[in-house]
Amino acid sequence: MNQEEIFQQKVDTEVRIEPKDWMPDKYRQTLIRQISQHAHSEIVGMLPEGNWISRAPTLQRKAILIAKVQDEAGHGLYLYSAAETLGISRDEMIAQLHSGKAKYSSIFNYPTTTWADMGAIGWLVDGAAIMNQVPLCRTSYGPYARGMVRICKEESFHQRQGFEILLVLSKGTDEQKAMCQDAINRWWWPSMMMFGPKDDESPNTQQSMKWKVKRFTNDELRQRFVDICAEQIKILGMNIPDSDLKWNAEKKHYDFGQINWEEFWNVVSGNGPCNKERLDARVKAHEEGAWVREAANAFAEKQKQRAHKNSVAA
Amino acid sequence: MNNLLRKFYYGDILGEAPASSGAQQSDRQTWPLWEVFVRSKQGLDHKHVGSLHAADAKMAIENARDVYTRRNEGVSIWVVESTQIHASNPDEAASLYDPANDKVYRHPTFYDLPDELSHI
Ligand SMILES: [Fe+2]
Ligand SMILES: [Fe+2]
Repeated sequence: MNQEEIFQQKVDTEVRIEPKDWMPDKYRQTLIRQISQHAHSEIVGMLPEGNWISRAPTLQRKAILIAKVQDEAGHGLYLYSAAETLGISRDEMIAQLHSGKAKYSSIFNYPTTTWADMGAIGWLVDGAAIMNQVPLCRTSYGPYARGMVRICKEESFHQRQGFEILLVLSKGTDEQKAMCQDAINRWWWPSMMMFGPKDDESPNTQQSMKWKVKRFTNDELRQRFVDICAEQIKILGMNIPDSDLKWNAEKKHYDFGQINWEEFWNVVSGNGPCNKERLDARVKAHEEGAWVREAANAFAEKQKQRAHKNSVAA
Repeated sequence: MNNLLRKFYYGDILGEAPASSGAQQSDRQTWPLWEVFVRSKQGLDHKHVGSLHAADAKMAIENARDVYTRRNEGVSIWVVESTQIHASNPDEAASLYDPANDKVYRHPTFYDLPDELSHI
């Protein structure tokens, strides 16, 4: 067997691939792209929610939101460190994000205009993310799979706190109910798009499935998401903004309406409502933090030299 | 993108001295990478949990606390600069671990003893 066959045999028999193992270059590149894109999404994903930390309705909601946003920062770090084991540096990944070369999930290019958005994001956006992430706990690349296990453990609080926000609003005043429905209306379709293009327009899916970098297709995961949400929304007494949503007894799944793919590609290619704002915020934070990174380096260097001098003198 | 890859998996930077060995330290822009090990409770071993960047060991431990122990995952943290870790070569795994496989007599089940024999 040649190296590629040995590699594929490991993948087929569920033996995880570890950093120093031989792997096809294409596998390495695919993983770097997928993991770094995922990391960027966690980091940029802090921005829409960070927007509401200072305006959370109660101190407890504020503490919860801070904890959630802090988790997302942690998720980004787990993933960056997994990508680094493949040989790309953190600086290079950050540079790719800032130059616009690397993508992140388009969902974060939508604005958060009311408090109810914090609920809809937790329920739908984190919900869709969980749907994508749970199968990745068994992905073929060891460091990525281990990172995903850690992330999935933390995500379930995110989704539950989101649903609870909506639940409280759904039992509130007419105005609060309207706010709840409005947030669901705005976040439903972008969340559906989080699963990516339809299977027949997703050319890399087959290879990714063979490598077990992906475990289910976009359409499979999207269907699962619809089936679950269509039931959960009944508890809120709200509506999913899709007139075609209907239980199909024969298929034992919900049928649903057409996704606006033009909007999807438009946001992916940089023309969403907040693309520029999000990137600008990231770049600004990075640049304004430069002096901190430099100062810490200088301090560490000074300490090291001092320790060296002392050990020579002793 | 290929040419940007520096394959520095866990420490073994080919042809490069460990980052902590002085000279290159001063012109380095980014904080070095550290591997993090967490003891989840007293009585258990430290276990590798991932890595992070930090300017020095103290900062690495503080960052590790924030990144890897937000939910009581640990009672003790070790950090080691990644360049200081050296790993066995997976391509040599067969020759490295094979010799152990033919020594079945190292395992207690190798010995066929009468059923009446107890406490052994
Ligand atoms: Fe996350
Ligand atoms: Fe989350």
